[in-house]
Amino acid sequence: MTIYELIGKLELSLKNKGCTDTPITGCYASDMLSDVLANGKEGNLWITRQTHPNIAAVAAIKGLSGIIVTGNKDIDPETLEKAESEGIVILSTGLQTCETAGIVYNLFLTDKGGGKA
Amino acid sequence: MGAGKSDYFPLKGGDFSDAGVGSKCLRSELAEMGVPGETIRRAAICAFEAEINVIIHAVAGSLNYRIEGDEIKITVTDMGPGIEDIGLAMKEGYTTAPDWAREFGWGSGMGLPNIKKNADALQIDSVPGEGTTLEIIINLRADGQK
Repeated sequence: MTIYELIGKLELSLKNKGCTDTPITGCYASDMLSDVLANGKEGNLWITRQTHPNIAAVAAIKGLSGIIVTGNKDIDPETLEKAESEGIVILSTGLQTCETAGIVYNLFLTDKGGGKA
Repeated sequence: MGAGKSDYFPLKGGDFSDAGVGSKCLRSELAEMGVPGETIRRAAICAFEAEINVIIHAVAGSLNYRIEGDEIKITVTDMGPGIEDIGLAMKEGYTTAPDWAREFGWGSGMGLPNIKKNADALQIDSVPGEGTTLEIIINLRADGQK
């Protein structure tokens, strides 16, 4: 599944310019940045409520496919710029983290024919 | 490999806007040199976590890296408050970070353990009341692994 396909399946708004053809390898939900640095995997889509510019650096270091910011939170323009410069797509949803993670996880199960997200 | 490359970045306590500047330059430098992606990731995690530690805990500090021969040496030094018990600070989940850092998603007590996990060698010298110096070595291996 790519980010573009996910946008079509979940109500997500694209907040910056970036490649939406990137394949998503799985998802990781966390608001603790060191946790993502330790456990996020390359190509993962990161689901979080954090919005400050450090999330762009974390996603870039780990080679994540993108970030979904939950709860309709306002995203710092500097975060969007930094993410864009790193090639990281930022998406926004009005859903909370738990709901978002559940939906994305189930979409992965369907996409992989019952495999693990 | 040719002559060594190095750079220096000052860090100001409490200012997350400086966080990641040094680690980003290190990433770019290593990518230009054709270093394996896994090595770049390990070096960047070490540098970024160390930058964040200075910003959370100290008034000021600096990050310096040097890429020479078959290793990357990252030195991060700060002006206090120092670490009382390094053994305890290395335990995952132990933290003395203030609430404001946790609001930014930092201060989970994973910073030093993350550095240790990704570094090939880590030396911590700290004097309570004076400051801390981290010396991190990442070996430049063809497969990028530890």
